[in-house]
Amino acid sequence: MFEIGLSHYLSVAAILFTLGIFGIFLNRKNVIIILMSVELMLLAVNINLVSFSAFLGDLMGQVFAMLVLTVAAAEAAIGLAILVIFFRNRGTIAVEDINMMKG
Amino acid sequence: MAETLLVFLPLIGSIIAGIIVFMPAEDKLRKHQLDLLAQVVTCGLLLVSALLAVYLFYDVGIRGNARTTELFTWISSGAFELSWALKVDTLTVVMMIVVTGVSAMVHVYSVGYMHHDPCVPRFMSYLSLFTFFMLMLITSDNLVQLFFGWEGVGLASYLLIGFWYHRPSANAAAIKAFVVNRVGDFGFGLGIFATFMLFDTVHLDTIFAAVPNHTGSVLNIFGGEFHALTIICLLLFLGAMGKSAQLGLHTWLPDAMEGPTPVSALIHAATMVTAGVFMVARLSPMFEYSDTALTVVTLVGGTTAIFAATVGCVQNDIKRVIAYSTCSQLGYMFFACGVSAYSAGIFHLMTHGFFKALLFLGAGSVIHAMSDEQDMRKMGGIWKMIPVTYSLMWIGSLALAGVPPFAGYFSKDIILESAYASHTGIGQYAFWMGILAATLTAFYSWRLLFMTFHGAPRADDRVMAHVHESPKVMIVPLIVLALGAILAGLLAHDLFVGEKAATFWAAAIQILPSHPALANAHHVPGWVKYLPLVVGILGISTAYVLYVMRPDLPPKIAGKAQGLYKFLLNKWYFDELYDAIFVKPAFKIGRALWKGGDGALIDGIGPDGVSNAVRVLSRRVAALQTGYLYHYAFAMLIGIAALISWYIFLKGA
Repeated sequence: MFEIGLSHYLSVAAILFTLGIFGIFLNRKNVIIILMSVELMLLAVNINLVSFSAFLGDLMGQVFAMLVLTVAAAEAAIGLAILVIFFRNRGTIAVEDINMMKG
Repeated sequence: MAETLLVFLPLIGSIIAGIIVFMPAEDKLRKHQLDLLAQVVTCGLLLVSALLAVYLFYDVGIRGNARTTELFTWISSGAFELSWALKVDTLTVVMMIVVTGVSAMVHVYSVGYMHHDPCVPRFMSYLSLFTFFMLMLITSDNLVQLFFGWEGVGLASYLLIGFWYHRPSANAAAIKAFVVNRVGDFGFGLGIFATFMLFDTVHLDTIFAAVPNHTGSVLNIFGGEFHALTIICLLLFLGAMGKSAQLGLHTWLPDAMEGPTPVSALIHAATMVTAGVFMVARLSPMFEYSDTALTVVTLVGGTTAIFAATVGCVQNDIKRVIAYSTCSQLGYMFFACGVSAYSAGIFHLMTHGFFKALLFLGAGSVIHAMSDEQDMRKMGGIWKMIPVTYSLMWIGSLALAGVPPFAGYFSKDIILESAYASHTGIGQYAFWMGILAATLTAFYSWRLLFMTFHGAPRADDRVMAHVHESPKVMIVPLIVLALGAILAGLLAHDLFVGEKAATFWAAAIQILPSHPALANAHHVPGWVKYLPLVVGILGISTAYVLYVMRPDLPPKIAGKAQGLYKFLLNKWYFDELYDAIFVKPAFKIGRALWKGGDGALIDGIGPDGVSNAVRVLSRRVAALQTGYLYHYAFAMLIGIAALISWYIFLKGA
């Protein structure tokens, strides 16, 4: 009988994480998409935490997941705020145009 | 005490004048005051020095109180010990009289001569500095202090030749003087090293005491064994040749005339260039034991005397004529030393100091009158306008040509008689060269007089209208020197080379009994005594015929003997020869080392190479910084991936 086990959860988390990574550096359009990709990676981590927590019967993992969620929310808020200010200053948030650190 | 004051007063004067150089002068009046202050201080101190020299001459020369004052230790390193000391003996006091006497006169003269110059304090400071170094040189009791003074006067000479440093020719002449002297000084340095090697000391008295024990010593040089004293004397004499402008190392002296005329009179006629003669006389106890060295000294002296005299006959620059004359007279002094008549050489040194300084300062007076013209072809017909200078030049020339009773007559005669009386082949050579040179000396001296003062005026009207007698401050020193030129020979003859010579010189000069030239000089045949005078008059009358009676003749003769004339006019092509052998190749080597060695190799690999590599590398590293966020993220990812893989697969295993 087919049963959804730990490995499936971990696979989903890995796929999400990889998506997040590719989202960051294959994306040439918009900084918001990068932020979204970061969220995606954080969520992948969360799934890992929760699934291991259930598998091992240790609640600590789920507590950490809640913590990560909170931090992610705060991060998204600050990130978006920075983005707004950045747009006001430079008139664009296209990834292509953000290269002020070019040597 | 007196000698300490005498030596250091000029130094104090020099320092004070040197400080005045740096004092700000807001306006003309203030500048004039500062100039005056520098002049008064340096001249005053120098005059005090000159008076002290007279006192010392009496105390040491006449009363025989020769002494050495140790000031303080200079170097004490193992067996090598020496102190600053003032050795005052007869030789020293004679030099003191010449140095401080001429220097004081030149200081005073410079007040008038340099009054248009914007850098008066600097000039006075250099002059006093020179005098100090010269006094250090003559009072030295060891070879190293002698070398100190030797280099010091070289430095002062360099500074004063290049005094008008905005003239490229003056700078070139200054460098030439310094570099040519380096050649001689290298020999001098080696001589000092060799002396220390042989005697374990550089202290003169100790060396002289030890010389008789080392007559058979040998030195190993490049595998060969040579007579030690000969080697030392020849090396030291090389130094003397450089400083005293003897044949081979003489080329700097005529060029040194680029300096102001008082400098030429003081340094390049009366004092510094005679340092070589002084050194040979000072080291007489050493030279006496090497017949080879004495022969070389005589040969070089005799050859220089005739060489310089021939060149002097065709020069047109008034100062160059006198410069070659100096060179020639130095030759006399050297061959006097070479035949062991040291005191005759020093005698001539002293009389020459007076009349040559007189001639130079007189020439300066003429140049001053002619609005800075030095070419004798553009002078003439001015003797009525500047009668005092004219008569003083006559006195100087009479003394130079050796006409009695002027100073040069006594000293030149005793030198020629000594050369004849030495009864050696080389002595005869020197004698005949000296006679020939005496003829030419008289000729070029009167050529100078006639071309400068007589005949039709060849200067333009503007210059002629401006011709004027020099101010008193210039004339008075000339008169003092003229008194010296007239009387020095007459008064000093007995003391220096006459009956009182033995007690006068005491231990300052030592002559072996096997070298009796000077003693025999008083018993030469009559014709030897009168020949110098006869040839002198012959030279004078030749000059009179050629430049007063038939002024059309000299160009014709020059045209007839084109080759000889060119040869003499170009100073025997010494400058061209050195240029081709040393200067040009040196330039080439220098250029090759500069461009190839320094520029391409050292800079290319060293500083420039490193900085280039850093620039290229850093540009590449900077190019890595694209500024795109996803590149950094990618780098981080790769890094983390690598780290984790390493941690899991390698660390874990």
